[in-house]
Amino acid sequence: MRTGRILLLLLLVLLVAFVIASIFILNETQQAIITQFGKPVGQPVTQAGIHFKIPFIQKVLVFDKRILEWDGNPQEIPTKDNKFIYIDTFARWRISDALAFYKSNRSEMVGYSRLDDLLDGAVRDEIANHTLPEIVRSSDRPMIIQEVESADLSSELDSTQVEELDIPGARADIVEAIVKSVRKKLADLNLGIEVVDLQIKRIDYNAEVQKKVFDRMISGQRRIAEKYRAIGQGEKERILGKQAQKKKEILSEAYRKAQEIRGKADAEAVKIYGDAYNRSSDSRDFYKFLRTLETYKTSIDSSTTLILSTDNEFLQYLGTTK
Amino acid sequence: MTAKKVKIGDSEIEVSSSQTFLVIIVALLIVVVVTIAMSFYTIDANENGVILRFGKYHKTTYPGLHLKLPWGIDKLYTVRVDYQWKEEFGFRTARPGVKTIYSKNQYTDESWMLTGDLNIADVQWIVQYKIKDPIKFLFNVREQSGTIRAVAEAAMRFVVGDRSFQEVLQSDRRKIALLAQDYMQQTLDQYDLGVDIQLVQLITVQPPGPVFDSYNEVNRAKQEQETAINEASQVYNKEIFRVEGEAKRIVQEARGYAIDRTNRAKGDAELFTSVYNEYMKAKDVTRQRLYLETMESVMKQVNEKILIDKGVKSLVPFLNLSGKEVAK
Repeated sequence: MRTGRILLLLLLVLLVAFVIASIFILNETQQAIITQFGKPVGQPVTQAGIHFKIPFIQKVLVFDKRILEWDGNPQEIPTKDNKFIYIDTFARWRISDALAFYKSNRSEMVGYSRLDDLLDGAVRDEIANHTLPEIVRSSDRPMIIQEVESADLSSELDSTQVEELDIPGARADIVEAIVKSVRKKLADLNLGIEVVDLQIKRIDYNAEVQKKVFDRMISGQRRIAEKYRAIGQGEKERILGKQAQKKKEILSEAYRKAQEIRGKADAEAVKIYGDAYNRSSDSRDFYKFLRTLETYKTSIDSSTTLILSTDNEFLQYLGTTK
Repeated sequence: MTAKKVKIGDSEIEVSSSQTFLVIIVALLIVVVVTIAMSFYTIDANENGVILRFGKYHKTTYPGLHLKLPWGIDKLYTVRVDYQWKEEFGFRTARPGVKTIYSKNQYTDESWMLTGDLNIADVQWIVQYKIKDPIKFLFNVREQSGTIRAVAEAAMRFVVGDRSFQEVLQSDRRKIALLAQDYMQQTLDQYDLGVDIQLVQLITVQPPGPVFDSYNEVNRAKQEQETAINEASQVYNKEIFRVEGEAKRIVQEARGYAIDRTNRAKGDAELFTSVYNEYMKAKDVTRQRLYLETMESVMKQVNEKILIDKGVKSLVPFLNLSGKEVAK
């Protein structure tokens, strides 16, 4: 009776072990392949849920079903126009065929190293085949760059002119070409990997070039600053010149008016004198007489020596009363 | 009640059947309590719960109290769907608050980027997103937030790389944010990540540290330009106002002269007329009188007078014309 019980218990344990060994659960993020003595059998299982296998003989290898990350190491690549830049890319990929993936890679880790080789190589090839502006830009839309034009003092103060820079870019095309070439290679190699997307994350100058770029930017700014100052000084001179001109204009106009007024007044005076003195021969004579006498008074003073003859009318009575 | 022997390891313990019963009851009770505890779960206000039954998607549950199958049959994943997730680029918030403190670390790796005219701009920005489909978010992509960050950086650099430094710094800021948002949304939809990019916002866009000063220099130069022009205009206005006054003075003076001149002429004329009228009444006498009066005043003024009789001839040679010097 006791041995019977133990036997029953053993059987139960065996049954449970059998059931556990013959089912496996995949969740929504997983897929799996079944191997029999190390050899894959059947199609990969991609549906989530409970699945069955032959216990103890078949093994389940679980892979990720999701989109997986790949982050490239920044690599220094010379561009076609010989600029050394660091390109940092990332890609997103998935195990599209778990069976093929298992056969060629065994594990995710090996898959990553394959991807490293393929993606880094493809990125390097495409980047080296394009100029830096093509890599950085993505369209041929003209860009607006601000520059201070040479001081043009005749124009108004809006001295900052807009300039357009036209460098066509091809970033999207480059990325597309990389993805295309990687996809082709992946298909040829039948790695069970699908590259969903590749993006250029960062493009950086190497330290030496970066310093040069900063120097260029600084000198550019200094040049612009100097131009602003020069324009300011020039404008100042222009205003001062205008001031001198305006001043002369105003003063000469005033002088002209003043002279006109004076002239009219003088003419008026001449007329008044004329009317008064010129009415008859007597008046003319009297004026001459009066004016002459006046002249004596004003022109003869204490320093004058007068030599008078006694036959002068004024002295006629000095010698005689007649 | 009969005693029972239970063998545990090498030792045997005697337990009464009533004790055995009690142990079984307690064990069962514990199992039931644990099962109930495992079966209930709550979903918070801004969350969704996703239930996988035997690994397979079963249902999505909403805020409130819910039941699930215990013992690992149902697995619960909670996702904060009604929540604005935020990612920062180029800077980090160390402690948000009334006066938010930002990390002093530099993240120039993230924020320095090439512009279309091959300059370098320092762009710091944030991305806000919501999880719009928790199932997609949970099960389609591994490394969700890493993916969002990587795509955000690629998007921003893609958009900034197509614009000149000038455009990035000034005119195109809003456009850049919108385009980067579009780019992100499109790329993440391609991955079927189930997120909705709510906002891309540029926080700081500036020249990078090493060249920052030279840009301030330009601003200073602009100020100097303005100052020079303003000063000159001020001098101009001041001087022109003064000169306009001077011009008025000149004209007024001329007017004064004119009035003076005509008045004097009129006065002189009237004086002459009056005297003339009297003169005409007694012509000879008046003439005589005027002459003599004049001579009188003239003679008074003159110190040296020489009178020569009309009979004297050729006096002139002896006359000391050079004055006092010879007289000494």
